[in-house]
Amino acid sequence: MARRVAIIGTGQTHHRSQRRDVNGREMIHEAVQRALADCELTMRDIDAVVIGNMDHFEAINSVDTWSVEGSGGVMKPIMKVTTGGTTGTSVAIAAYYHVASGMFDKVLAIGWEKNSESDTTGAIVTCSDPIWDRYSYSGAIPSLATEASAYMEKYGATQRDAARVALRERTHAQNNPYAHMHGRPLTLDEILDSPMLAYPIKLGDICPRTDGAAAVVFAAEDVAEKLAPRPAWIKATAVRHTYSWFGDVDQRTGLESLERAAREAYAAAGIKNPAEDFDVAELYLPYSYAGLKWIESLGFCGPGQGPQFIWDGHTDMGGKIPVNPSGGVMSTNCIGATALLRVAEAAIQVMGKGGARQVPDVKTALATGFGGCWWSDVVILGKEKPA
Amino acid sequence: MSAPELLTMTSPDVGMPYEWSIGIYGSKFFQEIRAHQRFVGIRCPQCGKVRVPPRRVCGTCFRELDELVPLPPTGTIIAFTIVNYPFIDPATGLERPVPYTYGYIQLDGADNIFSHIINETDETRIKVGMRVRAVFKPAAEMQGNIQDIRHFEIIEVKHGE
Repeated sequence: MARRVAIIGTGQTHHRSQRRDVNGREMIHEAVQRALADCELTMRDIDAVVIGNMDHFEAINSVDTWSVEGSGGVMKPIMKVTTGGTTGTSVAIAAYYHVASGMFDKVLAIGWEKNSESDTTGAIVTCSDPIWDRYSYSGAIPSLATEASAYMEKYGATQRDAARVALRERTHAQNNPYAHMHGRPLTLDEILDSPMLAYPIKLGDICPRTDGAAAVVFAAEDVAEKLAPRPAWIKATAVRHTYSWFGDVDQRTGLESLERAAREAYAAAGIKNPAEDFDVAELYLPYSYAGLKWIESLGFCGPGQGPQFIWDGHTDMGGKIPVNPSGGVMSTNCIGATALLRVAEAAIQVMGKGGARQVPDVKTALATGFGGCWWSDVVILGKEKPA
Repeated sequence: MSAPELLTMTSPDVGMPYEWSIGIYGSKFFQEIRAHQRFVGIRCPQCGKVRVPPRRVCGTCFRELDELVPLPPTGTIIAFTIVNYPFIDPATGLERPVPYTYGYIQLDGADNIFSHIINETDETRIKVGMRVRAVFKPAAEMQGNIQDIRHFEIIEVKHGE
């Protein structure tokens, strides 16, 4: 039987398009020190480290050992986990497994990326099959754009509906001093008038490329209760990775991996009506149309109802289920850290440490991860210790 | 007078040190294109689905496949995008020419989707649901890879649009 586990500390860098003042190790170190400070631990207290970033991005292999002086992993059990866009939720879930297994009491999960040092699109293209898909595949933006084209055709959703999602993310980011897009608000018209990158995705519809790192401390029940005034308990995690070929995913349906992961996690955490039962959600939405379609896959509303749900303001701050108080992926995207930031931000909301981006009285929070070949992770956190 | 500066031009044909095995069924796919200008998929005896390109294992049922199914070179667009921004293609080291359209196409008789280029870059002239047909290279120019299919072209505009 798995042990109860909680998040007791989080740390993140002030995310920027380019951090010339630090190398990757040093940037990781900033996030780790902030996470340790958040739960008043030192590196000596940490039993094991799980770290990940995107394959091929900075052209540095074995980042687990390369980064030890920054991660604090010198002569500690350390593992690299890298699963594309879901890397951040994978390191979180792997750290959770470490503690839940009973073998480690305090485990540090780290995600990071220096997009400014990477050939992002070229690296992502190498995730497609070299014989069949790579000739036409062109990285994350057009891949997501194809999904949008199918969703628009099926439900009549518009570029304006998508822009409303982008507006929410950018507006929320103004409350988050760590966000890459903090201090850079956009209007609906500015989003709609931005250049077309890959029809129907415009510059205003897509995530930025960010340099940044995140770190999260997971602790066993007795440790968590001793150290944290309000730990964020792990209520459920679920992983669904589906890809064998891009063409095996049918974009005319909902995001099946997310539907399946959510179903499993909701059952484990006793979630019956997600839009009512969650107080806040930190969702891996890499582009605006995901904010329409994927909330349907998560059961916030019915199929095709995403646009109306968004325009009604249910996902804004003060709405029924605020989505991405942090500004989300469209405001910060240090890719290997991005899904871990969703988990960290959900934990911040449960712990009541959100400052200007805090949703009042959060009892249950949802975090998701998304990866390039249409796979999904779900993490549910809560204020009450699981039964 | 000093000697003139002599220029050189390096071949843009960047060599990549990779060689990927296509396998028996994948090879058959390209051989069918060359011999008959048609596609071939493979049917799973358990779930009954026909998938293209043909592969040895059904991932869902996790069992071996051997029933090849001929498929016509026609299908329907289920999703597409028009790529407008330049990037370096890691397969060649060269900038991918833009704009270009790539789409997900359900080939007639297949249950899954096939991805390739569609030769229409005007977003007002392409729609999900349009019918397309593969345009092949002349057989003598075929090399047994995905570029033996030059692209797909739109063959019909949906009525009522």
